[in-house]
Parts: sequence; structure tokens; C-alpha cells
Amino acid sequence: MRPGVGVSGVALRLGAVLLALLFTTGILLVAGAPPLEAYRQIVVGSLGSVKKITDVLVAWVPLVLATSGLLVTFAAGLWNIGIEGQITLGAIFTTGALRLTMDSGLPPAVAIAAGLLAGILGGALWALLAGLLKAYGGVNEIFGGLGLNFVAVALSVWLIFGPWGRPGVASMSGTEPFPDSLSLPALAGLRLSPWAVLLAVGGFALVFFLLQGTYFGLRLKAVGKNPRAAFVLGIPTVRYMLLAFVLCGGLGGAAGAVQVTAVYHRLIPAISSGYGYLGLMVAMLVNYQPTWMPLVAFFFAALNIGSIQLPIVLKLDSSLAGVLQGALVLFVLGMEGVRRRLRRPRVRVGE
Amino acid sequence: MSSEALLIGLAGVLAAAAPIVFATLGETLTERSGVINLSVNGTILLAAMASFGVAVTTGSLLLGFLTGMLVGAVVALVVAGFGISLKQSQVAVGFVLTLMGRDLAYFLGNPFMGLSGPRLPALAIPLLDGIPVLGPLFFRQDLLTYLSFVLIFATWAWIFRTRPGLSLISVGERPAAAYVRGLRVNRMRYLYAMVGGALVGLAGPAFSLSVKAGWKGTISGLDGYGWIALAITIFGGWNPIRAAFGAYLFVFLQWLGLVLQPSLPGVPSQVLQVAPFPLMILALLLVNIGNTEWVERTLAALPDSTRLFIVRVLRSLRASPPAALGTPFEKE
Amino acid sequence: MRVDLRQIHKSFGPVHANDGISLTIPAGSIQGILGENGAGKSTLMKILSGFQKADSGEIWLDDRLAQIDSPQDTGRLGIGMLHQDPLDVPPMRVIDNFLLGKDGGLRPRRGQARAALSDLSLRFGFSLDPDAYVEALTVGERQQLELLRLLWLGARVLILDEPTTGISALQKEALFASLRKVSEEGRTIIFVSHKLEEVESLCHRVAVLRRGRLVGEAVPPYSTDRLVGMMFGRVISLGSRLETPPGERVLELDDVIVEDRRMTVGPVSLHVARQEVIGLAGMEGSGQQLLLRACAGLIRPVHGRIRLAGENVLGRSYHGFLQRGVGFMPAARLEEGLIPGLDLTEHFALTQPPSGVMIQREAAQSRAGTQIDAFHIKGTPQSPVEDLSGGNQQRTLLALLRDNLALLLLEHPTRGLDIESVVWIWDKLKERCRQGTAIIFVSSDLDEVRHYSDRIHVFFGGRVSPSLPARSTTVDELGQLIGGKGWPEGAP
Repeated sequence: MRPGVGVSGVALRLGAVLLALLFTTGILLVAGAPPLEAYRQIVVGSLGSVKKITDVLVAWVPLVLATSGLLVTFAAGLWNIGIEGQITLGAIFTTGALRLTMDSGLPPAVAIAAGLLAGILGGALWALLAGLLKAYGGVNEIFGGLGLNFVAVALSVWLIFGPWGRPGVASMSGTEPFPDSLSLPALAGLRLSPWAVLLAVGGFALVFFLLQGTYFGLRLKAVGKNPRAAFVLGIPTVRYMLLAFVLCGGLGGAAGAVQVTAVYHRLIPAISSGYGYLGLMVAMLVNYQPTWMPLVAFFFAALNIGSIQLPIVLKLDSSLAGVLQGALVLFVLGMEGVRRRLRRPRVRVGE
Repeated sequence: MSSEALLIGLAGVLAAAAPIVFATLGETLTERSGVINLSVNGTILLAAMASFGVAVTTGSLLLGFLTGMLVGAVVALVVAGFGISLKQSQVAVGFVLTLMGRDLAYFLGNPFMGLSGPRLPALAIPLLDGIPVLGPLFFRQDLLTYLSFVLIFATWAWIFRTRPGLSLISVGERPAAAYVRGLRVNRMRYLYAMVGGALVGLAGPAFSLSVKAGWKGTISGLDGYGWIALAITIFGGWNPIRAAFGAYLFVFLQWLGLVLQPSLPGVPSQVLQVAPFPLMILALLLVNIGNTEWVERTLAALPDSTRLFIVRVLRSLRASPPAALGTPFEKE
Repeated sequence: MRVDLRQIHKSFGPVHANDGISLTIPAGSIQGILGENGAGKSTLMKILSGFQKADSGEIWLDDRLAQIDSPQDTGRLGIGMLHQDPLDVPPMRVIDNFLLGKDGGLRPRRGQARAALSDLSLRFGFSLDPDAYVEALTVGERQQLELLRLLWLGARVLILDEPTTGISALQKEALFASLRKVSEEGRTIIFVSHKLEEVESLCHRVAVLRRGRLVGEAVPPYSTDRLVGMMFGRVISLGSRLETPPGERVLELDDVIVEDRRMTVGPVSLHVARQEVIGLAGMEGSGQQLLLRACAGLIRPVHGRIRLAGENVLGRSYHGFLQRGVGFMPAARLEEGLIPGLDLTEHFALTQPPSGVMIQREAAQSRAGTQIDAFHIKGTPQSPVEDLSGGNQQRTLLALLRDNLALLLLEHPTRGLDIESVVWIWDKLKERCRQGTAIIFVSSDLDEVRHYSDRIHVFFGGRVSPSLPARSTTVDELGQLIGGKGWPEGAP
């Protein structure tokens, strides 16, 4: 089925957006907060100045990387909830690589590149694990992925408090920060690194290219839509499924690498910051098609950044962003269901 | 450790497991009817927050608990509605709702953070609590824990010993057969989703008004238990008693980790805390591996005696989900 | 209960599955319904049992017009249907399946049910263990259970759809004895089957359907020839026959036995040579599909040898077979052959060896266009495959097959197509033959099998006939074998 476009499709999508806004407004009213003021704060907080916009881009990068990867696994018909863990493992591998190269005298550019590659490797391996559990262990990727997510977090916490702990006082604030030379160079006075943006764009372009224009992408989609027929037509379904996991894990690992080298400059406990789960939502909202994804991801990132202000200015919890994001996906799904019901399919020529 | 302390510790395990037991029992009922409700994690958080808020505002524990159950039922209704009537993916809807439930809980719960609210008091049962060993273990708990004990057997009896229970099994396994026999498949699915959801919702106040009293927002430590409950549902083979066993085992291992911590200085605390999770994966592995194709083919090649033995072991471990789980029922 | 079907019409698109069928079945009789696959038997029974609604026509039960909208209605009216795959709940016990759906209180009245079950079992000579799990029962036993359940619920009309597929001879005898008893009690039995001998020995009357119409009725003594004639009709002109001398052997099966849950096929030894066409005839569910899939490498036989061009390939994967020049076309188009959601261009791109990493859009589209024209598919390169009609999906499946195959395996290649399309498609297939491909195909259309095969194997209940020359074997001979007559005595 082609993704929902056409006049009625657009109308229903707008309807969903409207309903989502209504719902969130309702929640704000229940919480006794001024809705318009809250929305204004979010807009100002995300787009109000150049610095704010670059902050949004900082959040946008890992989100786009993760979502790009998820588009690959969704194409293969998989619910890769383990993406969070794959981001975390990427961050862990990157931190490890940087720690190794830190004092080795290698030029910083090489060290950072090694760190990025290590991160991609880490995420890919963690994803492969989930894939093998599914292919050969029959463990549903939702639960395998979840379990591995928890293990990944525990692993990072152990490293932070244990072997990689800050000398003297290991704490929740993470490992010893890396020297400035080992960070992705940022724009003057801002937290944003154009290299990170390049990485995100590159990742997106890769996935777009793979899914839209290559035989690999076509075969992957065949496996996702009808694995049985794909098999009969000659496609090695298990191999493609595992490849999808590895690809997504690699991109997730890259997101983790960016978190370490460009955002936090060290390993912290919740380094994946929920970008994996958020990516799943973005993917659902764009109906698993790459075309509008960067834009929607920007919108979601803006919501996240914009609502950071809310606790300070309006004494509201910043999870309002999550409420609006969830409502959007929910109502879009709902509208899709309504649309299907209204468009009663004709009885096909029976057997 | 003295036997006294051991008994108290174990009694604590039973009490701490009560919320997970509720959630697992609820999800077992829901999934038995063929509906998968992935929103459990978010529902528990939302229910915990809402019931705490209501209890603090009204001072009534009862209203708090009822609120939790209501929240659970409403969320489950949304999942069921999207899955059954709108024919959307139950996994997708459940996932969105689990995230949303969490965010709503944190957002709306802001004003209640750190407040102290009513707490369910312990209620020892006279006479019975004097029995050595069993007394302190089972009969010096609070009302909710007693309820959890009762519900384990009640749910089991409902599913496996009553006529409506047979109908439930058939709806989840082969809805076409149920339909032909006059059962209203979709209506039953809505009903069980909501009842199961209410039980899941009960887990919320079981935390915030008893086991982990209070609402502390992101550090309330409740995030993740819903996923555990979902995994235990699978591990429990959709059988309430086996599922309860899984819940108690999980909490016991967590407690064991805490207890053994001081005596194992080399092992970091995180490892022990998170040990249940890889164990959960291992459990899922064991439970599913008999179903995979490569295992079947390898088994076919083994000599008879070995094969029959392994098959018997795998069969006892096997947890096959209700065959129609997650698929909407079409009348044609 | 007397059943009166009056002018039942039912169409699915252009296919007129039931064309004005009128049939009167007296109470207490065993009515046989004979017909080929596609004759309209299942549709008629689905209408009578409430699973389908007729487009027009009436059903009268005991001189009263019946309002049938759902299976529940027919349940109340006393009509019970025993499906080929009984609608039971496998993970539950026999006794629970028996009483499921019956009204009652909170506790299941197992005692009452057990008594009823053992009563009925005794009366009909079945031996069912109430505590056994249904998934462990054989098909025959599951049928027995369902039959008893329907009787317990007071069914006065019992519809049995191909009940003897996959049950043992002993179980069959028990079933027939019970059906005779049931009809003596005044209940009406409708026995749908393709097995001539059984219908002849069991039924008080027989109605024959062909292509949606009731073409004739018969009462004992039955003439097999006449029944076969009514069922299969006369041969229509199917174009010229292809006569080619066969080349070297492409596929050889030695003493192969294939098993699945329901049946065992074989032992069978067959071979096919280049340019030869072998037809596997028989009613659906007789084992042809199972054997064909073994030839494709999708199922592993439990016994015997398979050789492709002399090489032993037993145990190789399906992809291994594909690499050795085997092509397979499944019957379940949308479930196993095509990918709903992808369009024709994408399907053709999938089955062609890729020309590099990137898909050349225009080249792929023009290739799809060429194939669409070549195979007369009513669609465009952008048509999603699920929007095509069944016949066009069939053409697409054929168009997707690779060129220069050594062996082509087809399941029901022309199902759902009109006669002109059948001729046209076989022209295409004959071309492949001329280029050296060997073909084995499964079809339940006897005309097609007779006309296009060089040699025929008939399947019945898992048994396989030796190779029969298509040229000289008559419709009657084939029809009888398909109906189960003329097989050598011996264990099935």
C-alpha cells in the first residue's frame, strides 16, 4: 500500500495534528498551566535565537542517525526496540577507543575517527546479537532488544563507576571528560559541530539511497512485506534480516559516538538519552518512509529542546514534549485506522 | 544472616513482588484473549502517579487504588480500540502509549513530587501469623499483598477451571472455532483487555501507595517494571501460577543481589542489579528455542533416544503464545 | 429435517460460483454432492452453513423459509458443518472442546459432558479419550469429536466437507457406520466428496455440480461412468498438442516418501526429461503439492533419493535447488508468490539478476512494460500487485519465472483463468519446453492435465499411480483413479 497521500490523506493528517494539539492543550489545562504560554515558551526555547537553533541541531543529529537506522529495520519488518542499547554500546566503544588512543600520540583527527568507527562497530555488534537471538533463538526482537537495552545501561554504569571511574570520586556525572582536542570541533561559541551534522546528513543519505534506489533496499522491503514469498522468489531472508540489524546498529552506534565526542565529551549513564525510542516514534509518524524524516526529526528535536525551559519558567515538567510527540503519533495512527474503515475495500475475486 | 532476618527479607520479597504479580496477571488475561498490550510500563507509571495524586488530595487510599485501576482500564481500552476496531498494529499503539504514559506521568505528576501520602498499613492476620516460618512470611503482610496471593489462584482458576475460562482460551487460540460456537470474539477481547488493564493499573498504586510509597518523578525507580512484567508473562507461559513464580524469582534475585553485595566486593553492584535482565533473555531463549526450525531439523537427525529426551525437556519448558495473539479477528 | 435449496446464485466478480442451483434433500437421507474442484460445492455449503450469503435464492428448512446471516443462525436452526480442517481448539482437551460453546453456569459441567460423550462414542463405535489434547489427535479423531459435538447440540442437518481426506480406512468405516445410524434417526446428511466409491456406497442420492450448475442427479444403482461423465464433461478444444521426443533426464525420484502432519505421500519413483511435461492429477489434498514441493527442495523427504541431472540433491536447501536451474511457482499467489505493497516494476526488478547496485528506474519500468505486454497482464508497471485480479496475478507469477530453467514446477498454473487464457499461457509454457525446460505441474482440471502432459501421475490419498501416457489414457480411466477406484488393494 502506498503511503497515505492524496487529498483525503493530507486532510486526515492535518486533522490528526489538530487533535494532538487539542489533547495536549487539554492536558495543560488539567495541570493548571497556561497552554498558549507553554507553547510560546517551547517555540522561543527552540527557535528563539541562533544559539537555540544550533542546540536543536545538536539533538537532531543523533535522532536522525537513529531514525535512519530504524527505517532500515522497519523496511525489513522488524521492531528494533533494542536501538537504545545499540546507541549506548556505540558510546561505550567510542569511549573505550578514545581512552586507548588518548595518550598514544596519534593526531587527534585520527583518534576521533577511530572513536567514530569503534562506535559504529559497537552498535552493529549489539544489534547483531539481537538479530541472532531472533533468527536462531526464536526470541522476539522486542524483548531481546529490551533486555539488551537494560544490559547496555548496566554495562555503562559499571564502567562509569568501576574501571573507567573518575579517579577519587566515581560519580553519576560520568567518566573523566576528554580533553578538548578529542572532541569534534564545534562552531565558535556554540555546542554544535558541523562534522556531526555532516555525519547525520551522510547517514540519512546512505539510508535514503539504499532504500529508495538499490536492489538491496528493494529486497529488504520484500522481506519486510512478505518474508515467505520473498524466500520463494529466491531472497535469502535470514541474511537480509541480520544485515538490517547490523546496518541499524551501526547507525545507532554512530549516534552514540556523536553523543560522546560532540555533546557530552565523556560517557554518562543515560548517554542514549531516549533518542532510540524517540526515533521509533519519528519513524512511525513518517510512515516508515525517508522523505520527510529529517524535517519531522527536527520538529521533534525542537520540541525536546524547547521544553527544557518549561521547568524554569513555568514550573512544568519538560516531559510535555513527550506528551505532544506521543499524541501526534497516536492520532495519526488513529486517523489511518479511520481512513481504512471509511474506504471499505471491495470484495476481491474469490477462490 | 539470622533466620529471623531471612524471614523478614523473604516476606519483603513477597510484598515487593505484589505489583509485578498484578501486572503480570493482568497481561496474562489480556494476552490469553489474543490482545497484546505493550503499554504496561507507561500504564504503571501513569497509574502510580494518578493514584498517588488522588490519594494525597482526597486522603482516601481506596480512591487512590480505584484511580489506578481506572487508568489501566482506559489505556487498555485505547490499545484494544486501535487494535480491534481500527485494525492498527497492536505493537505500535502499545509502544506509543507506553512512552506517552510515562511522559504524562512525569508531566502531570510534577506538583506531587516528594509529597508524602497515605500508605497502606500492614495487617497481620491473627492466629495464622503465629505459625512458625509460614506466619511471618505470608500472614504479616498488607492488604494488597494478600490480594495478590488470592488473585494468583483466582486467575488460574478462572482460566483453567471455569466455563468462561475455556471460552477465553479458545478466543485467543482459534477465534474462528470460538466464533462458530457462538462466542462474541471481539466483545470478549475488549472486556479482557480492560480487565487485564485494570490489574496492570493496580500495580501502579501498589507501588506508589505501598511498596515504593510516594511519587518521585524520574527517580521513582518504577521505570522498567512494566517491561519485566511483559517478559514474565511470556516466561510464565500464559499460566498465572508459573507467571507468579517468575515474578517472585525476579524480585528474589534482585534482593539476593542486594544482600550478597557486601560479601562480593569484587562484583560491582550494577551487575547484580541488572543480572535478572540477561537471565530474562536466557529464559526467553529456553522457552522459545524448541520452536525454531533449525532446532527441529537438527533434532530430526539425532538418534531416537536422545531426541525423545530432548524433546521432552523442551516441551516442558515451551511457552507457546495463544495462536491468535496480536492478530485481529476477521469474520470471513 | 428436509432441506430445500431454491435458485441459489452466488458470484465472486466475474466468476459465477453458484448458478441457479435448486436441490431438494428429503429428511433422513444421505445426500452426496459430487464435483471437481471449482465446481461450486464449497460455496454452496458455505451458504448453507452461514459463512457466506447468497446473492439470491432461498433456503427452506422443513417447509419454513430460513433467515441465515451467520454461522450462529445456522447453529440455532440445527445445521452443523464439519469442516475438512475441523474448527476446534488444538491446545485444549477433547472434553473441553466438546462442551465449549454450550450454555451453562460458571463451572463447566464436565460430568454431564463426559457422560454424553461416552454415550455417543459408544453408540457410534468411536473411542475418544476425553482427557487427550486435541492437537495429539489424528484428523479422523478430530472429525469424530466434531461430529459428536454437533449431534449433542441437536444438529438436524449435518454437512460434511470432504470428510475422508486424511483418515484411515478403519476410521472411515466407523464414520460411515455412524452416518448411517444418524440418518436413520431422521437427521439429514450432506456428504460432499470427490471420491466416487465412497459416495456410491454411502449415499442415498447423488447430485453432481459442474462449473457452478447442477448438471444431474442420480439414485442407486449408480453407474460410475455416468457419474464421471457428469463430473468431468466433454473435452474442449485446447489447442494443438505438443509432441516432442524427450531428452536426457532432468529429475529423478527414487522411492521417495514425503510426510506432513496429515498425510504420507509415496513411496514414489518418477523421472522427467528435458522437454517433457508431467501432469500430477488428482483432487486437492491428495499429495501432489507435497511431492512437488519436495521436488523444489522446500520440503525434505523422509526417505528416498532425489537427483537433478544426475547429482544427488537430497537435503540441499531450496536456494540450492534454485541455483541448479529449478523454478517453482506456488499456488497461493498473495501469500507465497507475490509481495503485496510492491508494484509490478519492483517485482520484475526483484527476480532479475541485478545490474549493479542501483536500480535503473527507466530500464526496470520498460522491462516491466515488456513483460506486461508479453504476458497480457491487465495492469501498468506502477500497479501494486494486490490490485490485480486473480487471473492477472497468475500471469504475473508466470512472467516472474526465470528464463532457461532446467526444471519448472508449477502449482495450479491456470487456476482462476478463463479458457482463452489457459490456452495462451500454455503456449508460453510450450515455448519453454521447446527451449529445453522440463515441466511438472499440478492441476485439478482434468482437461488441462490430459491435454498438455506427456505423462500423468494420479494421486489419491497419498498414493501415486505409475506414469500413464496422456495420449492413450481416457477421461474415464483418469476420473476413476482420481475418485479412488482402480487402485491396487493394499495398505494406504
